[in-house]
Amino acid sequence: MINITLYHYLIVSSVLFCLGIFGVITRKNAIMVLMGIELILNAANINFVAFARYGNFGNSGQLAALFVIILAAAEAAIAMAIVLNIYKTFTNINIDEIDTLKD
Amino acid sequence: MTESVLIKLALLILFLPLIGFIVTLLFGKRIKWLYWFENSILILAFLLSAVLAYFKLTHFTDQTLISEFEWINLGSIPFVKSIIIDLGIMLDNITVLMILTVNIVSLLVHIFSVGYMKGDKRYNRYFSYLGIFTFSMLGIVLTHNLLMMYVFWELVGLSSYLLIGFWYEKKTASDAAKKAFIVNRIGDIGMFLGILTLFLTYNTFSFDKIFYQISTGNLPFGTEFGLTVAGVLLFCGAIGKSAQFPLHVWLPDAMEGPTPVSALIHAATMVAAGVYFMIRVFPILSGDALLVIATIGALSAFIPATIAVTQNDIKKVLAYSTISQLGYMIMAIGVGAYTFAFFHLVTHAFFKAGLFLGSGSVIHSMHHEQDMTKMGGLRKKMPLTYITFLVASLALSGIPFTSGFLSKDGILAGTFAFGSLTGYWYFAAVGFIVAFLTAFYMFRAIIMTFHGKPKNKEKFEHAKESSFVMAMPLVVLSALSLFFWYSLNPFNPNEGKLLSSWIKTPEISVPQSARYEFMKTDDKIINKENLEEVTYSNSYTEAIHHAHYPTLFTSASLALLGILFAFIFYQWKVFDPNKFAEKLKPIYLLSFNKWYFDEIYYASFVAGTIGLSKIISMFDNKFIDGIVNGSALFTKNFSAFTGKFDNVVVDGLVNMMAYISGMFGLFFRRFQTGKVQTYILFVVFSLIILLYIFR
Repeated sequence: MINITLYHYLIVSSVLFCLGIFGVITRKNAIMVLMGIELILNAANINFVAFARYGNFGNSGQLAALFVIILAAAEAAIAMAIVLNIYKTFTNINIDEIDTLKD
Repeated sequence: MTESVLIKLALLILFLPLIGFIVTLLFGKRIKWLYWFENSILILAFLLSAVLAYFKLTHFTDQTLISEFEWINLGSIPFVKSIIIDLGIMLDNITVLMILTVNIVSLLVHIFSVGYMKGDKRYNRYFSYLGIFTFSMLGIVLTHNLLMMYVFWELVGLSSYLLIGFWYEKKTASDAAKKAFIVNRIGDIGMFLGILTLFLTYNTFSFDKIFYQISTGNLPFGTEFGLTVAGVLLFCGAIGKSAQFPLHVWLPDAMEGPTPVSALIHAATMVAAGVYFMIRVFPILSGDALLVIATIGALSAFIPATIAVTQNDIKKVLAYSTISQLGYMIMAIGVGAYTFAFFHLVTHAFFKAGLFLGSGSVIHSMHHEQDMTKMGGLRKKMPLTYITFLVASLALSGIPFTSGFLSKDGILAGTFAFGSLTGYWYFAAVGFIVAFLTAFYMFRAIIMTFHGKPKNKEKFEHAKESSFVMAMPLVVLSALSLFFWYSLNPFNPNEGKLLSSWIKTPEISVPQSARYEFMKTDDKIINKENLEEVTYSNSYTEAIHHAHYPTLFTSASLALLGILFAFIFYQWKVFDPNKFAEKLKPIYLLSFNKWYFDEIYYASFVAGTIGLSKIISMFDNKFIDGIVNGSALFTKNFSAFTGKFDNVVVDGLVNMMAYISGMFGLFFRRFQTGKVQTYILFVVFSLIILLYIFR
């Protein structure tokens, strides 16, 4: 039986984080980018809980993770609204083509 | 009547004509009858001045009333001492007599003008000008200091200017006004310098304080020469205002003004202001200054008298006669005949005003004809004018039983006594020659105007005696030309109250060494018992006593001789004056052309001024304008250069900076893709790099 230590959790979370970053940077679709962001947030959650479990911090880590989940829900709602508005303006949600910021 | 009441009365008399002037000037255009307001003010002023003169002469005979107040106190100034300028008025016998004279003549001229100026489009304005003139003249008479004297002096100059140029539509009139003003200004500069000389030394303008300082031996610049210079400079003002040689040229031209103005300003009062001023400052005139004054006076008496002999314009004859008589007065001051100078000033004011108004009456009835060669025979048409003119002419000629005889005889006696005391006989000689010439030219004028046959039938037919308002002043003035107003003895002026108790020669302030020999007081002390009778010294009193009868006889016979010659030449025509003139052509031409004074002045001063102006204008055009234009050109070229520099160098630098920035911008804009993912990529890589660095 493998003894599961903090490092295992950290590896999982960093893999998750990298996948999230990869998704955010490479996906064209705005929805896919949002999903990448969710992955990053969950990587952070794993870290919070893992450190709370292995460190001597009581329940504060779990609490922070709960806040992040709530935050993620709120963020998802606002982000979806932004995506809807982008769609209304540009008639697509392809992030590659939405580059009016440079002008 | 106390002193303060008299002072208030004098101030009231002074300011009444000013009120008349202001009211008539402001409302005269709308209210047509306003000239009666000005006239009634003059009547009131005349009555008040008669009251003033009566109380001053009877109750305060030997007192000089001074009322003054501090006008400006500049405090104590380093190196100058304290400067306090007082204003005030002074009432002595001469002042009140002069006020009375001015007001009488002014009133009569006002009344005469009501008839003479009838129908003029600036009728009320004319009367308002007469008002300001009367005010300024009274100011000159009343003042007790040189500053106010100077201010009112310029004010009479102004009113003279306004009235000479009253018919300014006529070019000759406006030119004459300008000439009078400018010529007067030349004299006034001298007067102002004189006033400043005295002010610099004594820090005061008041007559009495200056006289006191000089009598204590404090002289301008510390020398007697300084005192002489101050006296002569002050006299320059009188030369201008009293039209004395060499500044007499403005007075004949001033005849362009209305004739009553000539009577008031250019015969009776304003031109006498110079004499009055000399009378006021008489105590500070040193012997040398008096000699200068007497010489100028003698020249001014002689030259115009010779000119008047050949003039054909009736007003020009009277103008030159005025200069000549003023010359008499100035000469009288120069020889120390102080009382007779003032006496002649008063008598001359009346008979010369009468002559001018008489000539005005003639000119009016002849429809503004002034040329005597076109008159003649008016005796029958205008008997009243003829008689009054004749009486005034007799007074001017110095025929016994007239006022002119009394005063002129006094002056001649003064010059005679002066000659016997100092050896300068030519003043007396000039006096007698002028007396002869005066009688001659006056009767020449009378004969040409009133006697003989009319030369211009048409105008003669229309001529008629003047109306009451014009005749009344003539009668009053000719009555005032008779002897009994001044002295009950027609042969001795000193028996009258005027000379025996009212007018006294003042104490001389000049140091003994700077006086004439006969004015020195040490001679006086020897004769203590009859000190009252002695004017300057015992020898002078004796000399004038001896001079009295010879001069009386000589002047009367010379005047009668002059009248006789006038009758021989012009009435009986024993000799033809034209043939006589032909024989003496150079002298005749010299006199007829007024000794070429105008031509000489035109060729020298006027042409000189114009030439100088031309040179200066050339200098201005060529040099000053050259500098200005040169600097403009330089500025223009420099601006063009700096403009280029600006465009090329400065703009180049700025544009280069902009270009460099642009280049940087072009390089860096590549990173600004506007794509969110690119930015995130940058963030991630940066984070990785930062983590590597700060590990």
